Amino acid sequence: MKRPPTASELNLCLCHSCGLACDMTDEPHQCPRCDAPLHRRKTNSLTRTWAYMLAALVFYIPANLLPVMNTVMLGNGADSTIMSGVLEFWEAGAWDIALIIFIASIAVPGVKFVALTLLLVTVQRNSDWARKERSKLYRFVELIGYWSMLDVLVVALVAALVKFQALGDIEPRPGILFFGLVVVFTMLAAMSFDPRLIWDKATSDTVSDAAPPAAPATDGAAPDPTGA
Amino acid sequence: MINTQHLIICEHCDCVYEKVVLAKHQKTLCVRCGGVLQRFNGLTIEQRLALTFTAAMLWLFANFYPVMSISLKGMKNSATLWDSVLALSQGPITFIAMVAAIAIIIAPAFQLVLLVWVLSFALGLRRAPGFNLCMRWLETLRPWSMLEVCLLGAMVAVFKLAGLLDVLPGIGLFALAVLSLMMIRIAGRDIRELWDIL
Repeated sequence: MKRPPTASELNLCLCHSCGLACDMTDEPHQCPRCDAPLHRRKTNSLTRTWAYMLAALVFYIPANLLPVMNTVMLGNGADSTIMSGVLEFWEAGAWDIALIIFIASIAVPGVKFVALTLLLVTVQRNSDWARKERSKLYRFVELIGYWSMLDVLVVALVAALVKFQALGDIEPRPGILFFGLVVVFTMLAAMSFDPRLIWDKATSDTVSDAAPPAAPATDGAAPDPTGA
Repeated sequence: MINTQHLIICEHCDCVYEKVVLAKHQKTLCVRCGGVLQRFNGLTIEQRLALTFTAAMLWLFANFYPVMSISLKGMKNSATLWDSVLALSQGPITFIAMVAAIAIIIAPAFQLVLLVWVLSFALGLRRAPGFNLCMRWLETLRPWSMLEVCLLGAMVAVFKLAGLLDVLPGIGLFALAVLSLMMIRIAGRDIRELWDIL
């Protein structure tokens, strides 16, 4: 398959802030258009991603084991963890809400750990396996990134509302802090990973001589070069 | 310096393409990795500025009116977004209150202020003072603005409490719902087009 030339072959560099293709002949440190710092690849991408992800993984343990909130109703107090909240909805028959919380709080961080590890390991082994699919996987990880904040915001709202002293009171517990840290650190991990590393060692395709025009496509339709 | 304004680089695999003019509903994809290169942007500067002012009004409603109120045995209580941030700030978990405050109040507010500033000047086809800085901040803030997550969270909270006591959604919740959808439209990546226009 013929592919367009890459920015490194043309001695260009993408500015991540404004999207300008910057000419790198004078090795500028800043984008000439928006002054943002320029890097051919994100600095120490792999090390940083590993570090942020392992930190998130460590916080993931207390996030799931420690209680996230404490409910007092008519004098009876009980701590609840993330999982017990899901089970409560499930047993009450509200399987849809249980599913939303389960996906946002437990499945999404889990998927992010697995996906990022897969991306990191395959890049480090210079694997040429399923490059296009791995690119898609990275975009998916970026997309689902912040939805895990859901539980933090639910606990915040519920704790702010239920303030009736002995009759009923809900308070946040330290589990929610660790949970929030998991979200922040997995977001930082996804941001530090440079998806271009997936393609850097690709040699199999042939290069076309000049940059081709991007082919416009309407959703679901075949590419239409006339742009009509 | 060679002119590179007409080029576009795929941020996912580094391939270089020439920019094309898109028609409605069209987008361009990278042939190597399948990532989106360009997307058609249907908003003019006037429309975007008008939507930004609307969103700013909605931000005020979402923040100063209660998101929801509850009642239990004749006692009533209501909470705004700021109340819920304060609820997290007690004890050793203050850090997470800061994250929540940024995600649901501060980041969207800054995005709106920056958009109004940049777009007001763009109306007269001029770059606002500090244009570069404002545009860079709009890029930085985007991933940390989580209004749509907050909306889903508020709805989950309604269901969570409905079993225990009476819950009444407030004006803040409706404002939040519309605001979160508008932010996706006005503060998205296509704001980068201003670099080419101005």
